[in-house]
Amino acid sequence: MARFIVRRAISMAAVLFVISVVTFAIFNVIPNGDPAYRLAGRNQTPAQLDAIRRTWGFDKPVTVQYARTMQKIFTGDLISYSNQVNVVGEIRQGFPRTLSLAVGAGIMWMFFAIALGLYTAVKAGRFADRFLTVLALIGISMPVFWVGALMNYYLGFKAGIFPNGGYVPLTQNPLQWAYHLIMPWTALSLLFIGFYSRVLRSNVLDTMSDDYVRTARAKGISERRILLRHVLRNSIIPIVTLFGLDFGSVVGGSAILTEVVFDLQGVGQYAAESIGQLDIPPVLAITMFGAFFVVMSNTVVDVVYAALDPRIRLS
Amino acid sequence: MPAGGRVSVLPYGALRRAMAIDPAVEVGVEQLVGRARANDEPVAGVAPSRLALRRLRRNKIALTFGMLFVVVVAVCLAAPYWSHDVAHTDAFKNHITDQVDVGGKLKDVVSTDGVPIGPTWHGRFFLGADESGRDIAVRLLYGGRTSLMIGTGAATLTILLAVALGTLSGYFGGWTDTIISRTLDIFWSFPVLLLGIALGTALALGGLQLGPVEIGGDSLLIPLLIIALVYTPYMARPLRGQVLALREKEFVEAARAQGLGPFRIMFSEILPNLSSTIIVFFPLMIANAILLEAALSFLGAGVRAPRPSWGTMISDGVAKIVSGPHQAIVPGAMLVLAVLALNVFGDGVRDAFDPRSKLRVER
Repeated sequence: MARFIVRRAISMAAVLFVISVVTFAIFNVIPNGDPAYRLAGRNQTPAQLDAIRRTWGFDKPVTVQYARTMQKIFTGDLISYSNQVNVVGEIRQGFPRTLSLAVGAGIMWMFFAIALGLYTAVKAGRFADRFLTVLALIGISMPVFWVGALMNYYLGFKAGIFPNGGYVPLTQNPLQWAYHLIMPWTALSLLFIGFYSRVLRSNVLDTMSDDYVRTARAKGISERRILLRHVLRNSIIPIVTLFGLDFGSVVGGSAILTEVVFDLQGVGQYAAESIGQLDIPPVLAITMFGAFFVVMSNTVVDVVYAALDPRIRLS
Repeated sequence: MPAGGRVSVLPYGALRRAMAIDPAVEVGVEQLVGRARANDEPVAGVAPSRLALRRLRRNKIALTFGMLFVVVVAVCLAAPYWSHDVAHTDAFKNHITDQVDVGGKLKDVVSTDGVPIGPTWHGRFFLGADESGRDIAVRLLYGGRTSLMIGTGAATLTILLAVALGTLSGYFGGWTDTIISRTLDIFWSFPVLLLGIALGTALALGGLQLGPVEIGGDSLLIPLLIIALVYTPYMARPLRGQVLALREKEFVEAARAQGLGPFRIMFSEILPNLSSTIIVFFPLMIANAILLEAALSFLGAGVRAPRPSWGTMISDGVAKIVSGPHQAIVPGAMLVLAVLALNVFGDGVRDAFDPRSKLRVER
């Protein structure tokens, strides 16, 4: 276990390092990407540009610039180019919103995906199965920002059932927190429910034909108990894996579209806005932040896996 | 199977795959049945691909949706005819101050307080106008050409790249494998959208110079290349795994013993065995590419305005939804229709060709 953790930590550091280099490189090879122009604002003079290049260190070699930026990420005083605010502070402000989105949506999509997956597997081949399968495929086929915009317009703007935008911290008022987030949760969940329920359905169908299920039936255990205790338990493992990975990436800010369309002001939205302005510091910080969660959740999934299945060794 | 203990807490596939019925066995059974029916008459064996096609042909739902996609493509290809002969306008002309004849009554295309006309269900402004007074139906068809072109182009390129990379790294192993696999891993660990936006913004500013070929920042090839690039690892990884297994098979060994070179083996021995995976991936990849184009356009890093694509139209429509929701609903519904058709058809293709494959693409 200790060796596993050490090895994972090393490979994680390596991945993060390479990702930061690649991100930095992408933004450094852009023609017209010179941040001095954006810092100088309009009506800049060559003298001003030179002064900015000197104070911000753009005249230094790329490697030095990279090292400095990375250092600032870790000391927490990285400043963005476009509006000169502290990047780490911004991320810290957006994180609770992104986390709220991930937690609520995660619970929602897991619950409905398992329910739907089990139900369609039990009713396999019947009308209910076909119908719900088509619904699941529709869920997979819809762009989340389109669904989100329609929800915003019809349920929020027109009918006034749910609030448009706004975020209430959980610690301030849990009920209002959930009320303001219910539309983003639903929109984000749709895709995952569609996908997970299909995977679960095929796994349950696979497992049902296994010998031990027949044995359980022969012992006279009720269908319900067989399904929940024997079948579900074994067929849910791939879903747990997927969940770990997806949850990690949503926490890391990859639910950009959902955050943007509902104006949640989370980490993902911050990333999208910064990229649009070619603002390197926040992009670099958020990419690292996101990759960190992805790699972390990968590791957690492996550990959970080993815990669920004694035959898997961590190596 | 271990006696006594709980069996089959399996990781994705591993043991299950080993125990599951091999498609080859299935082929054998169907052939036997065929032979029995033929009463000792000699019959030709049926190729697995023939059997797969037969299975696909029995799947009426998948076929219906496949046809639906063909219809969508055909309708989009007919864009110039609709534009010229029915709507009498093009995708860019605005008619803000014009009036349109709807069943005998003259109506403003865009009212004085800026509300565009909804679907007229007549030739002109069949699906209504947008805030700039442009004909949505015409833009939808031309936009469909853009989206479908990017979708199919990106999917094709992804497959070409992934097959090349997967085969090279899987077959050669060693250093080649290490370099290719690690590079793919890095792209893999970037969130797809972040990488897409970063590349999209960067390339839109400066364009792209590939040797003697220069691609302008507003070219459709830019989103196409980006989408192909970010999806390549998702396909190259499973292909590499397959090649790793195929490399050890007897027929490859036999080819090697005959003195065939590695590239010859890859092309004529390995590649045909990857075909079912490639066929399964293709429709699902197009669907994902179309969705990614829409997402990138929505975030301002895809197709550039004023050129229509389903993505830019949805994005415009969402921004102007208050003045008329049809501006967002129409292009979105069309996109969902096309993507759904591809997904259902792709599902059927997977069931027919390779029921055990699990394609997963992050969005």
